[in-house]
Amino acid sequence: MPKPKVALYWAASCGGCEITVVDIEAHILDVAKAFDIVFWPCLMDFKVKDVEAIEDGGIFVTLFNGAIRNSEQEHLAKLLRRKSKVLVAFGSCAHEGCIPGLANVTNRDEIFKTVYQETASTDNPKGVLPQTKTEMPEGVLEIPEFWNKVCSLDQVVDVDYYVPGCPPQSNQVWAVLDHLIQGKPLPPKGSILGAGQKTCCDECPRVRKEKKIKRFYRTHEIVPNPEECLLDQGLLCMGPATRDGCGAKCVKVGVPCRGCYGPPPGSHDMGMKMISALSSVIDSEDPAEIERIIATIADPVGTFYRFNLAHSILYRVQEDLKEKQAVK
Amino acid sequence: MAFEPKIVGFLCNWCSYTGADLAGVSRIKWPPNVRPIRVMCSGRIDPTFVVKAFREGADGVLVSGCHPGDCHYYQGNYKALRRYHLLRRVLEQFGIHPDRLMLTWVSAAEGERWAKVTQEITERVRKLGPLHLKD
Ligand code: SF4
Ligand code: SF4
Ligand code: SF4
Ligand code: FES
Repeated sequence: MPKPKVALYWAASCGGCEITVVDIEAHILDVAKAFDIVFWPCLMDFKVKDVEAIEDGGIFVTLFNGAIRNSEQEHLAKLLRRKSKVLVAFGSCAHEGCIPGLANVTNRDEIFKTVYQETASTDNPKGVLPQTKTEMPEGVLEIPEFWNKVCSLDQVVDVDYYVPGCPPQSNQVWAVLDHLIQGKPLPPKGSILGAGQKTCCDECPRVRKEKKIKRFYRTHEIVPNPEECLLDQGLLCMGPATRDGCGAKCVKVGVPCRGCYGPPPGSHDMGMKMISALSSVIDSEDPAEIERIIATIADPVGTFYRFNLAHSILYRVQEDLKEKQAVK
Repeated sequence: MAFEPKIVGFLCNWCSYTGADLAGVSRIKWPPNVRPIRVMCSGRIDPTFVVKAFREGADGVLVSGCHPGDCHYYQGNYKALRRYHLLRRVLEQFGIHPDRLMLTWVSAAEGERWAKVTQEITERVRKLGPLHLKD
């Protein structure tokens, strides 16, 4: 019997999600034994036409990492969707936009202006901007179209499962792959694989007291007590707004959780979840004092939505205020 | 056609909803722009409800609870107060005018005040104009 086919692809990603697959170490040989790897541009020499040649639905599973921010990534996402029985949004970028999704605080025009005109090292006197088509004597050159915003994979194609994390922890990656190798029944569509059903706080060994926060600190401003909850100490730990599954990796070494495992069950928007959590721990009933305490949070959107902005309810920074200011 | 703001009002059961009801039975006029939704306590109003309302077409959101010290569940409205301040800061960073969100306290006996508060947010949002959220 021929082996089931698997594909791995990367779109707007950093490569970390590729490394984490290799980080399953010798188990990678089990993967190669069980599956026929048909596409994995990061590690192996396949071409898109190889994928095009496969019949629709002919790939058993595709692990897709990276967000979607240009037309080429969209094309590959649609192609791999068509060719795959099971499409997995693998890692935070594909799951919910992650760090690339932070570009949604701005837009294409602003990004082009910064990158192609304003940075100190830019030398572009004619103000040339990338064009999707350029006529040359030899013919027309085409490059992908850069989108105005970053999307998660499921905002572009239908997704069967999600494996959260930036990157997903390799033990969790192996657990997911092992499940597939053993041919165990697939979980319900839309399931989050390789993660828990609670919050990062539930996995965290730090001691919690009643939280009474009078001001917030950035990580460089204090040396936290090694045993106590970081949020208790005023560090913005995203633990209460983050799904468990990583083993509370960062908090165990004294770094606040950044939220890479995405929102916990029942929540879709990490920022709003975090606002809820913080409203229980800020220690004041006086509006002016509350304002003062909140002012010590340096960058609420960048902190609360570091991984989840593109997939949040508002998706991106809006132009309402700008329009109002223009009127004034 | 003149712009009529759509405003979603989240009202706590024990004070503000009863206050709005009182305004109704006392035949005090208040703008129909505010669509009230009853929740048990202002502390139950998940900030997600607020951004969802904006996402689904509201131009403004009103959160109304019992006066400080009067919450039926003792602390709920202080939670709402802290959420409100955090939300305003985040909305502003999201490029949405923070004045589209209003927090107020209306007791069960304050039908007149309910009318005043709803007029205030309606006029405020009318001045801000419609909220156009981009996808
Ligand atoms: S999820 Fe993290 S590790 Fe994976 S591609 Fe995105 S940024 Fe890199
Ligand atoms: S807030 Fe952070 S440090 Fe505190 S219990 Fe949760 S994960 Fe641990
Ligand atoms: S502690 Fe938080 S940021 Fe760190 S790996 Fe776990 S989920 Fe990600
Ligand atoms: S019951 Fe009215 S604010 Fe809590």
